[in-house]
Amino acid sequence: MSTTEIHASEPATAQSYRGLVTRRIAILVGLTIALVLSVAVDVSLGPARYGVPEVLQTIFAPGSADLQMRVVVWDIRMPMAILAVTVGASLSLAGAQMQTILANPLASPFTLGLSAAASFGAALAMVLGVALFPGAVSLMVPINAFAMAMAASLLIFGLSTLRGVTTETIILLGIALVFSFNAALALLQYFASEQALSAVVFWTMGSLTKATWGKVAVTAVILAVCTPLFARRAWALTAIRLGEVRASAMGVPVKRLRLEVLLLVSVLAAVPVSFVGTIGFIGIVGPHLARLLLGEDQRFFLPGAMLSGAVILSATSVLSKAILPGAVLPIGIITALVGVPFFAALILTKGRKSW
Amino acid sequence: MVNLTLERIGARYGRREILSDASARVQGGVLTALVGANAAGKSTLFRRIAGHLRGAGHVRLDGAGHNDLRYMPQDTGMSAALTVYESIILALKQGGGGWRLSSAELSKVDETLRRFKITHLADQQLPELSGGQRQAVSIAQTLVSRPKVVLMDEPTSALDLNRQYEVLEALRLYAKENDAVMVLALHDLNQVMRCCAHTMALGESRIQAFGPTLEVLTPDMIRRLYGIDSRVERCSRGCPMMIVDGPADLVSM
Repeated sequence: MSTTEIHASEPATAQSYRGLVTRRIAILVGLTIALVLSVAVDVSLGPARYGVPEVLQTIFAPGSADLQMRVVVWDIRMPMAILAVTVGASLSLAGAQMQTILANPLASPFTLGLSAAASFGAALAMVLGVALFPGAVSLMVPINAFAMAMAASLLIFGLSTLRGVTTETIILLGIALVFSFNAALALLQYFASEQALSAVVFWTMGSLTKATWGKVAVTAVILAVCTPLFARRAWALTAIRLGEVRASAMGVPVKRLRLEVLLLVSVLAAVPVSFVGTIGFIGIVGPHLARLLLGEDQRFFLPGAMLSGAVILSATSVLSKAILPGAVLPIGIITALVGVPFFAALILTKGRKSW
Repeated sequence: MVNLTLERIGARYGRREILSDASARVQGGVLTALVGANAAGKSTLFRRIAGHLRGAGHVRLDGAGHNDLRYMPQDTGMSAALTVYESIILALKQGGGGWRLSSAELSKVDETLRRFKITHLADQQLPELSGGQRQAVSIAQTLVSRPKVVLMDEPTSALDLNRQYEVLEALRLYAKENDAVMVLALHDLNQVMRCCAHTMALGESRIQAFGPTLEVLTPDMIRRLYGIDSRVERCSRGCPMMIVDGPADLVSM
């Protein structure tokens, strides 16, 4: 074929680069396969014990399955399994881009205070019955959580537009927000009734059990809107990783790009956090796994971060059901318990100078 | 013919004036040195020309557009998880274009790697590079898109002696082949005398002199710029050389 002839005449460096691209595409395909398998296992597992063939039949031919099974698979397990994917992808992508624009490996929705703010917002609803936006009572908790998370990120966004505010300042400010919201949350918990207290504690542990198709749709739409906006800025976002000075010397409008991305990641992170509570680990470990596997060329890093976040959260969802048969443990606990040692092993064994 | 014209340009950080009333017409095809003591405003002048700083006056490019201008800042670390090859592709792609890479684009990258003798570094990760290697990669990143106007802040500061002359020779050749305006901020005046046809001397926030290198780099001007006494003499092969006698105030005592 003519293309291979052209490639054959290319210098070794270009050929080696094409090899690198091929390997990266293979890794992305591998992650996608892992994700599909994990979702399949996730749907097959649950307190009600059904065989895999029955579950598969219910998925592909819902008409022929019995009603109870259809409800369990389609209305409970599927939304949970898919929400794990969209939430994992969103949090990981948000973390990846926060780390990119702030040049800091610790940046994530969790460390910048979005999760803490969301928890506080949710607790306001659960403990005091305060609705930040009056309206649907059933949605009071997620709406409060979303409003507080957005308020926190808009505060960070606003301060970052001030003169002389560096990326380090933004990170420190985020950490200050974490402590402030945690203290406010503790205060609410102190005065809470026993019932409200247990609701708050459960919420902050992070859980997918309240998944609905509505939540799946909202997170999927936000992901679908944000991803192309990042993709269009792929080269500029990669350049920003060479440092602000180099990037602006290459013609990247660094300040504007940073603000645009900060706004996008705010929405991208605030929505899933307000639906599922605190799942802190994905926003840090997802991007790091993608970086180790694929490097930081955003053409691969962007889908890679989404896929690795989705795979991690989906696999964690499987674990949260498999550890104690018949029970579903809060997923936020499992991500940290299982994820931290895995993550530590990863960065220690594959020690690189780049984070 | 490519020309860079500065019309009474100035720049300030807050209230502090770093540069004022700088006018010059820099021609393409040869290397132009920008010399001056530390904090004389060399980087400021570059950033003003590149449009990263605002200020009085006008910068005019003849025979080139603003997209043909590239500025290479002073060396800083690179911690990104990218290979050298990727980082040069990245620099090429900032001019525009989609996700796909054409064979023509890849061959531009390869040509640039060869020109600056860093083909062997292509697959290395950026954080693994030494200071000198990183500088060579920076130069390649700056020139891969074949810019017509190039501003380089200390492009040879981290290179060993051999590589310094190799790189300066490659830059001289680049300027000649592309008729490009190339302004290099340099500290080694002997290097300047050897490689740069023209020199712009910057001191006290102004351009003190601009013209053919040997006419600008006189002992008087060197004393004004750096506060040292020196002689410019011919070596046994006839090349001009600067010999430093010592700090100006000590010698005059």
